[in-house]
Amino acid sequence: MNAEAEIVARLDCATKRYGTTLALSEVTFDIECGRVLALLGPNGAGKTTAVKLLLGLSSPTSGTATLFGGDPRKASNRRRIGAMLQVGKVPETLRVREHIDQFRGYYPSPLPVKAVVELGGLQGIEDKKFGELSGGQRQRVLFAIALCGDPELLFLDEPTLGFDVEVRRAFWKQIRAYVSLGRTVLLTTHYLEEADALADRIIVIDRGCIVADGTPTEIKGRVSGRRIRCITDLSPDEIHQIAGVSSVSREGDRTEIIASAAEQVLRELFHRDASLSNLEVTSVGLEDAFMALINKEQAA
Amino acid sequence: MTARLQNTQQRVVPVSGTNPSLGASARIYLREAKYELLKLLRLPAFFIPSLGFPMMFYALFALVLPTKSASFPMTTYLLGTYGAFGVIGIALFSLGIGVSTERAQGWLAVKRASPMPIPAYFFGKYAMTILFSALLVTLLCLMGAVFGHVRLQASQWGLLMLVLMFGGIPFCAAGIMVAYLVGPNSAPAVVNAVYLPSAFLSGLFIPAEMLPSFLRTFAQFLPPYHLGRLALNVIGIPTASNAWVHIGALAGFAILFTILATVAYRRDEGKTYG
Repeated sequence: MNAEAEIVARLDCATKRYGTTLALSEVTFDIECGRVLALLGPNGAGKTTAVKLLLGLSSPTSGTATLFGGDPRKASNRRRIGAMLQVGKVPETLRVREHIDQFRGYYPSPLPVKAVVELGGLQGIEDKKFGELSGGQRQRVLFAIALCGDPELLFLDEPTLGFDVEVRRAFWKQIRAYVSLGRTVLLTTHYLEEADALADRIIVIDRGCIVADGTPTEIKGRVSGRRIRCITDLSPDEIHQIAGVSSVSREGDRTEIIASAAEQVLRELFHRDASLSNLEVTSVGLEDAFMALINKEQAA
Repeated sequence: MTARLQNTQQRVVPVSGTNPSLGASARIYLREAKYELLKLLRLPAFFIPSLGFPMMFYALFALVLPTKSASFPMTTYLLGTYGAFGVIGIALFSLGIGVSTERAQGWLAVKRASPMPIPAYFFGKYAMTILFSALLVTLLCLMGAVFGHVRLQASQWGLLMLVLMFGGIPFCAAGIMVAYLVGPNSAPAVVNAVYLPSAFLSGLFIPAEMLPSFLRTFAQFLPPYHLGRLALNVIGIPTASNAWVHIGALAGFAILFTILATVAYRRDEGKTYG
């Protein structure tokens, strides 16, 4: 942790249980001023729970959640943040302009309407009712609403969930424009590509626990590798024992191996099985590699 | 670490540690009411049943098929009872179903995460209920005066409007209680299951005098009974009871439901639903 950086929010040994379900287990992390932190993990990993604790929408079963060194529920702290959450339905009969007006009204010195519209990319649809908007436009309105108070810390909970690639990339541009103003962001996502595109630091979270924490380069380094496909007599268990193998699966007579050190693994494969055939080596996408990391942690 | 966090806090105070002025707070409350009203005035699924049903019942049972009664004109009587029926529906639907769906869909969480004071959210819905009730009562009174030859003194029209506008308040609190006590999917079912039978038993469809005596005794424990009686009382229908008894009962129910709604809200804070 950079000793110079100011901490704007912090989870300290935070645990959250919903009944018998453990959503978050003794999670500790800081959000540093001026940085973009991504919480990366599959569905149900506990990302949204962490956000809810930091927003004061939910209180930890044990441990603490602090915002600007104080209680997240204090109005004076809430005036310094903005939150884009996962919403099933927004009142559909109000116009975009009216939603913005209502949220601007909650802050003593909000951003001008024009700035909110520009940052959200809402030019030309201000007078449309929310119900008339496309999925991408709806998300942009939720983003704009979160920006109304010119927040020092912005929460983005799965902002591009369910988007196609094009809309997602357009939305990233919007987020980057805001981040370039030097603002602090906590992003949750289950796309490594998204975390890589936007964040300075990635915390990988799975089943309520932190499984990796580092810069995007470090995280990608941990998960990058090659996909090896071949026909071999070796069993998946035998292959798993080879150093440098992240995961093994078999479909029909084809074996698929994700390897962090492909050359080393290939040498060992040829050594153990001279009859190995139909060899194919390709690079893996970030998502496959990320899944391999999660699966490895689960197996461990 | 602790020392630095404290420094952070000290730095904060001059920036935004001050509370908004009274005027700024008032504007937040008024804006909630304005947009709540706009939202529902543009929503046919809300205004058609909440205005349409009481008006349709009044047209049908008071104007088209009036039953003869020796002691009082049916058109006047049903103006009081269908008025009460209508405003109870507006309160239960806007608070009970409105809050429970906005909570289930995550919209309430967005508002709770903002600096909006949570009472402003509920104030907006109460204010909407009161204004919308005034609209319904105006329409019913116009129907009664124009087509049903209802003749009342100016003070009686005024009192009827006042009673029905604010008579929805205990039912607003009941709506919040239901929204937080039962799951979001069952709130509409619970509201409907309570609303129609209690309106019937309270004599809002057929005069309470026509119900068997054991049901009438039971009805005294139902808030709609007291609103119906109070509305009849102020328009000069003999109800054999004192208006203050009904005002007291409605105030008592309002306090009881508000306490229960507050307990249910606090219990819910921090659970799965925002």
